[in-house]
Amino acid sequence: MDQGHPSLSEPKAAISVRDLRVSYGEIEILHGIDFDVQAGETLVILGGSGSGKSTLLRALVGLEKPSSGQIWINGKDIAAVSTSELYEIRKKTGMSFQGSALFGSMTVGENVALPLREHTKLEDSTIEIMLRLKLEQVGLAGFEYHLPSQLSGGMKKRAAVARALAMDPEILFFDEPSAGLDPIIAAGIDQLILELKKAFHMTIIVVTHELASAFLIADRLVLIDKGNIVAIGTVDEMRSSAQPRVRQFLDRVPEPDVEGELDYLQTLTGRYRRRA
Amino acid sequence: MAAENVMDVVSQIGAGVTDSLAYLGSLAMLGTRAAYYTFVGPFQGKSLRLQSAASQAMEVGVRALPILSLITFFIGLILALQSAYELNKLGAMNLVAKAVALSMSRELGPLITAIVVIGRSGSAFAAEIGTMKVTEEIDALEVMAISPVHFLVAPKFLAMIVMLPCLTIWANTMGILGGALFGVTQADFTLTRYMQASIESLYLRDILSGLIKSVMFGVTITAVGCLEGLSTGGGAEQVGRSTTKAVVVSILLVVVVDLVFTAAFFFLGNG
Repeated sequence: MDQGHPSLSEPKAAISVRDLRVSYGEIEILHGIDFDVQAGETLVILGGSGSGKSTLLRALVGLEKPSSGQIWINGKDIAAVSTSELYEIRKKTGMSFQGSALFGSMTVGENVALPLREHTKLEDSTIEIMLRLKLEQVGLAGFEYHLPSQLSGGMKKRAAVARALAMDPEILFFDEPSAGLDPIIAAGIDQLILELKKAFHMTIIVVTHELASAFLIADRLVLIDKGNIVAIGTVDEMRSSAQPRVRQFLDRVPEPDVEGELDYLQTLTGRYRRRA
Repeated sequence: MAAENVMDVVSQIGAGVTDSLAYLGSLAMLGTRAAYYTFVGPFQGKSLRLQSAASQAMEVGVRALPILSLITFFIGLILALQSAYELNKLGAMNLVAKAVALSMSRELGPLITAIVVIGRSGSAFAAEIGTMKVTEEIDALEVMAISPVHFLVAPKFLAMIVMLPCLTIWANTMGILGGALFGVTQADFTLTRYMQASIESLYLRDILSGLIKSVMFGVTITAVGCLEGLSTGGGAEQVGRSTTKAVVVSILLVVVVDLVFTAAFFFLGNG
């Protein structure tokens, strides 16, 4: 829980989020989020559906504009920088999307090479070697001429990770890495994240609701519920937490139903009010 | 009660006008950014995606030729038939060639071309970009620090403003040939004389005014198709909705742009 707030002007962590609020129209989704991620750390953002964890991730990569607050990445507040500065920061980060988001009209190799072709002046032959290297790292050597549609779900995820790795990012974001995959393939993706962590000492942020995978890969965990941070701590701290909301999430206890017949009737008739 | 109703109507009209203006503003912004990446970007080290533009030009232009030829040939024939109906009474059948040539190159050539391109390509732009939006590919571009406007819209923009005038010239020719079919079979023209009469009746400004309009149509169709694609919400159903809206809005705006430019040419020509 002990985060310590460094002075706002020069946060030392790789990522520092300060009083982050995000709204869709009138509705506020995140109500003031604060946390730090140290360089080389793997932070897992846990939360149920509709908790705001995906919105938080989208805000961290600059796809969602905060209504207030700051997001410091490598010493720059991405909520306040210009588009060109944001693009400079993004060149040092990579993201693997939930649905992999590979470009369907390009081969796997072209997908991985795209950031290199766009942002570097490397020779084609060098790019070729680099993309093979990246595909090798994610266990997809030899698949550069396949189209994304010819790959299985797990392979698409791996290809997306290879593309996220293309620019040798300092920070890597994962949106639901194991969503829609069978347990064995999902375990393979977890393994891949662990290998990346070990090999490159990258700062890794993972959003997920898979508990097993979260506990396996995380250095620290953040639990988000209804747009607020409920708990933040190491794997052991979270496991031993006595906080009711944490226990409910970790022990997979369903939301209690509306209590009592009277309340139920009042809900139906639209006259539900909290008991004093 | 009545006053409230009136206020309701007024505020609805107000909201409608504001929305429309905001939409036109977004279109203008997207069009300007696409133009920036096409004409200014290459001089500032932002490479123009020529390969992508060429394949778009193939799709937008070359592949549209068969259907466009057929339609404009028939339109030319219809124009000849319609004008002959009146010209015959005046005994001025020799003016059929002039009537067809003028209405094709000043108005119908550019307009019919635009409508065919809206149906084939404006809708395809919205569907392609809309699908990419739904599958997070647009977000992926953003996160990779690649501007979707630079990557996706600019090549389409370039392809459109080059290919639409080309298609329009082709459409004019096919329309005149359609008119010639009537002229030769029904109005005692030979093909050579019909073509000569057509060429003699056209001034350069007739053709140019049509071509300027066609470039503006190209800008309009690209901006609407891409904006609809980029503003697609979640889900496959939304892609369909964007596609339909792209076609409807493009047709409306192309006619409006047509009116504005035709009026401008008319008053400038007299002024």
